[in-house]
Amino acid sequence: MSDSFFRTKDDMIAQRAAPVSSRGLVGWLRANLFSNIPNTILTLLAIYVLWLSIPSFIDWAIFSGQLVGDDRFACDGHGACWAWLDQRMGQFLYGFYPQAETWRVNLAFFLLFPALAPWLMDNVPGERYLRWFSVAYPFIVSYLLVGGFFLEPVSTDKLGGFSLNLVVGLAGIVLSLPVGIVLALGRQSRLPLIRWFSIIFIEVVRGVPLITLLFVSNIILPIFLPPDVALDSVIRVIVMVTAFASAYMAEVIRGGLQAIPQGQYEAAQAMGLSYWKSMRLIILPQALKISIPGIVNTFIGLFKDTTLVIVIGLFDILGIANAMVSNPDWLGLSSETYVVVALFFFAVCFSMSRYSMRLERKLDTDRR
Amino acid sequence: MADLNANEISGRFSLLRLWRDERGRGILLQVLVLVSVLGFIAYIASNTIDNMQRAGLASGFGFLSDPAFFDINQPLIEYNSQSSFARALLVGLLNTLMVSAAGIVTATVIGFTAGVLRLSDNWLVSRLVTSYVEFTRNVPVLLQIIFWWALFTGLPKVRDSLSIGDAAFLNNRGIRIPGPILEPGIGWVFVALVLGVIAAFFVSRWARKRQEQTGQTFPAGWCGLGLIVVFPVLVYLALGQPLDWDIPHRTRFNFSGGINITPELIALWFALSTYTGAFISEIVRSGILSVTRGQSEAAFALGLRPNLTMRKIILPQALRVIIPPLTSQYLNLTKNSSLAIVIGFQDLVSIGGSILNQAGRSLEVVAIWMVVYLSLSLATSAFMNWYNKRIRLVER
Repeated sequence: MSDSFFRTKDDMIAQRAAPVSSRGLVGWLRANLFSNIPNTILTLLAIYVLWLSIPSFIDWAIFSGQLVGDDRFACDGHGACWAWLDQRMGQFLYGFYPQAETWRVNLAFFLLFPALAPWLMDNVPGERYLRWFSVAYPFIVSYLLVGGFFLEPVSTDKLGGFSLNLVVGLAGIVLSLPVGIVLALGRQSRLPLIRWFSIIFIEVVRGVPLITLLFVSNIILPIFLPPDVALDSVIRVIVMVTAFASAYMAEVIRGGLQAIPQGQYEAAQAMGLSYWKSMRLIILPQALKISIPGIVNTFIGLFKDTTLVIVIGLFDILGIANAMVSNPDWLGLSSETYVVVALFFFAVCFSMSRYSMRLERKLDTDRR
Repeated sequence: MADLNANEISGRFSLLRLWRDERGRGILLQVLVLVSVLGFIAYIASNTIDNMQRAGLASGFGFLSDPAFFDINQPLIEYNSQSSFARALLVGLLNTLMVSAAGIVTATVIGFTAGVLRLSDNWLVSRLVTSYVEFTRNVPVLLQIIFWWALFTGLPKVRDSLSIGDAAFLNNRGIRIPGPILEPGIGWVFVALVLGVIAAFFVSRWARKRQEQTGQTFPAGWCGLGLIVVFPVLVYLALGQPLDWDIPHRTRFNFSGGINITPELIALWFALSTYTGAFISEIVRSGILSVTRGQSEAAFALGLRPNLTMRKIILPQALRVIIPPLTSQYLNLTKNSSLAIVIGFQDLVSIGGSILNQAGRSLEVVAIWMVVYLSLSLATSAFMNWYNKRIRLVER
């Protein structure tokens, strides 16, 4: 038995742990950082870049940074000067909104969360009421920001800073989706006139930079309208940003519509559904689901584009930052200021893109 | 009975009957849209005519031949303040095209490098590239342009210029680099270059045809390299090196010689390249990921080398996914170059703005902007459609 051809359990070689070089930290380092010569070179290069940038940045921003002071002369000029944060943050957030009334902007901002909750999350308590609330939300915000009727009226040109970005961005987002859907359907329509108008609108708007559209709203609109009609500048911006984003939105949704198999359209027709019913119940839910990444990308682009309002003389957060950087008290603090402004946008846009990735995974029902 | 009644009613009200019939409804809807659009246009036109008459504004494009009376910093073609508005616009258009072309080249290089590096199995590098992409993509490009501009104009004064190998100098007026001095005979080198490119094209076509017919390969790549690079270099050497460099040197207050690139141009170019590069890297990454693993495995099974697999199997399929969004990124970059107005780089929009202030011809200037950008974008779309048709997967 002992000289059997097959090995028995007894004379099996005992199991050994993997060599040190391929497990634990060392193994991970070898596999992920030093697997071959080009990889090693890349790693060393990356470490060198990090070594050059990170410590000096941290030193500049934190250790040598100065947090208090009345103007830039309070800073010794070695590290970053954060003294303006305390002095100017109000302007960065609210623009020239009257200080006593900023609670209204804050309230509008905090009401945004219950208004968004039923659309972004599942199983929110009181979902039905919250949906009604979010329908009312735009009106509540307009009332809060502009005032009148018990609240002190505030002119819209006082609106500025990041709250202006948020107002223009949110209004554009809320309006551009339905307009984009209508345009996308119009482009797919069987009626030639409607199709052609949609195509012309989409291609013209997509073909020109947003900046020219904003110039149109500022310079051309007064020529186009009767002299006694004056549109509010914030509303003009919202209209133009919406028009711009909805053309992009229409193309994104068209992509989704084209990805729906013809059979779905035919099945809806065979069931006797009218055009609008078949779109609402069969086609659009599927098409919109496919186009979520593109839609959110358009939202993010729209939100970033709200900074362009500075070319027509509105003071959004970037405009306030520019004004501050050229103010003698704070001259030359451009790095500090723009880094902070960038963080604002990064926070909003990055969370939007992460949310869309989560949503994509959740809605990806056919590949589970 | 009720049905009959309904028919009778609809017989009487022809509009209602039109609405019930699907084709009729379509026609009715289109007529409504047409009427409202035409009405809207008529309304705008009458307002415009009223307003212009009231303000005593002239119209028409005749003003384009009037002298502009403003200066342009570093025009690419001959221009002075006595030149016409049309020439000023041309200078602006050339500036737009220049910064777009330069941006497109660097953005493509950055994008492809970052896209490939992000897929690398090197943990550190892929994380580093990811953070670059995420940060750049999620911050407005206008902010980035202004940031780089502030950085470049915040460089040391001319007196304390940073020297790069004593050939280029960096200061708050931009970067001064050596400029080429073309001497007689350089034209022949360009001729050689063009001839080399044409010859290389035909050689590669012939090589492909021969391989398809006989299976024999021909080193077309090396041959093309020789024709495009070595041949012009030989001509250059044979003609006694007809090219010299004008190296900038310090004078009392500034530098003389060389070419100065303004901080506005550098900032715009830098910001547009890194911003669009981040988007391109995402496109490249998803393009490469869209080619299924089976394709490269099948290529290896056929005995193709990794290099050849990449070139002949992966890349052609990835490019089919990459090219359409890539062109739209190029277009975005071109349109984003109009943000130059904020930092004072004189592109088409910025110069149009000056003309707008000077001549007060807002309608005409805006029309010119729209026509130029629209034709750029329509030309790109036309190219895209042609390309899509060419590379479309032919299914049997």
